[in-house]
Amino acid sequence: MTGEVSVRVCPGGPLLVRGAEVVVDDAGERHPVTRPVVAVCACGMSGRKPWCDSTHKAVPAQAR
Amino acid sequence: MQLPRERGPISRHVIGSLVRTQDEAGPIAIGAAEVLDDGDAQLALWILYELHYRGFDEVAEDREWDLGLLRLRKTLERRFEHELRRAVGSVPVASGTGDVSAQLLELIAADDSPPVAAFLHRTASREHIVDFLRERSVQQLKESDPQSFVLPRIGGAAKAALAELQYDEYGGGRPERLHSTLFADALRAAGLDDSYGAYTDDVSALSLANANAMSLFGLQRRLRGAAMGHLAAFEATSSVPARKIAAGIERVGLPDAVAAYFHEHVEADAVHEQVALHDICGRLVEEDPTLGADVLFGAATCLHLAALSGAELLERWSGELEVAS
Repeated sequence: MTGEVSVRVCPGGPLLVRGAEVVVDDAGERHPVTRPVVAVCACGMSGRKPWCDSTHKAVPAQAR
Repeated sequence: MQLPRERGPISRHVIGSLVRTQDEAGPIAIGAAEVLDDGDAQLALWILYELHYRGFDEVAEDREWDLGLLRLRKTLERRFEHELRRAVGSVPVASGTGDVSAQLLELIAADDSPPVAAFLHRTASREHIVDFLRERSVQQLKESDPQSFVLPRIGGAAKAALAELQYDEYGGGRPERLHSTLFADALRAAGLDDSYGAYTDDVSALSLANANAMSLFGLQRRLRGAAMGHLAAFEATSSVPARKIAAGIERVGLPDAVAAYFHEHVEADAVHEQVALHDICGRLVEEDPTLGADVLFGAATCLHLAALSGAELLERWSGELEVAS
C-alpha cells in the first residue's frame, strides 16, 4: 500500500474510492473501510451513509 | 456431494456413466426439444459442470476430463448457447457510441423483468422467501466461482479490477465473510440445509439454467467477454433488489442472518456494479474491441434468464396465494 487514495466520480452515481482506510463523514464520524474499493454516496440520499446503497437510481437525474 | 437424482434420459446417461464404470462415457442422442428450460438437459449440464468445481463423493476425480462426457457437454453447450443467442438476439442495444459501459447501462435500463424483489418485499409469505432461497442455492453456494475461471484469461486493468471485485466477493481475507458462506449462513438460519448441492433435486430447470449460464461463460475462454458482461448485468441489478428482499425477510420475521446476506449485497453490489461496468467491461473492450458484442450478449443473457426465473416464481407463488385465500 503506497498510501495513495484514488477517487473516481461515477456520473449520476457514487464516488469510487480506492486506497482509503477511513472515511470521515460530515458529522466527523469515522467509518473504517473494509473493502478493497468502496462506493461513497454522492447523491445524499443513501440510507447507509457514507456508503452508496443505490438509492440514486430512484432519484431523477437532474436532482442528483 | 451426492449425485442428484436423474430427471430423464440425458441426466440418467450422465449419472449412470459416472457411478457404474470408470470407462469413458458412451454417446447419447439428444432430442430436438429446447434445452434452455428442460430439467433433464440442464441437470445433465449442471452435473458435468460440477466435475470442474467440487465433484461428487462417489465419482473418481479424473472423470472431469472424460472425453465422452466432454463431448456430451459440448453438444449441450452448443445448443444452450444457440438458444440464448436466438432469445436475446432481438434485444435492442447499442446507441452507436462504442462505449460498452454506456451500452450495458442502456440494456439494463430497458430491462423489464418481473418484480420478484417487490413481491418478496411487500407480499411474500415466509414460505415464499424460503422457496426463493432454495431455488437460488444452486448458484449462490458457488457464488463468484464461475467468474474466477476468467482471471487467467484476461490481462491488464480488467484483470486487476476483476481480482479486486473477487477479493471482496471472497470475503477480503476473512473466511466468515465469503459471500457463499454468508449465503450458507442464511440458508441455515432459514431452516434449510446449507450443504453444497442439497437442493439440486428440488430446484426448477430455470434455476439450473441460471447457474449453468455462468459456467458456460466461465469455463470457455472464447466466451470471456460474455462472462464479464453477465457479471456486470448481475451486479448492476442486485443492489436495489437486495434492499427490498432484506426488508421482506425482516417483515416476515426470519432471523437476522437471512437478511444479513442481502444487506451485504446492497452495499457490495453498489460498488461491484461500478467496477464491473467501467473497470472490467470498459477496459476489457478498450483492450480488445472484438469482445464488445459478447459482453452485451452476456449481459442480455443474465437479464433474460433472470426474467424467465422471475416469471416462473411469481406464477408459482400467485397460484399458492389463490389456493390459500
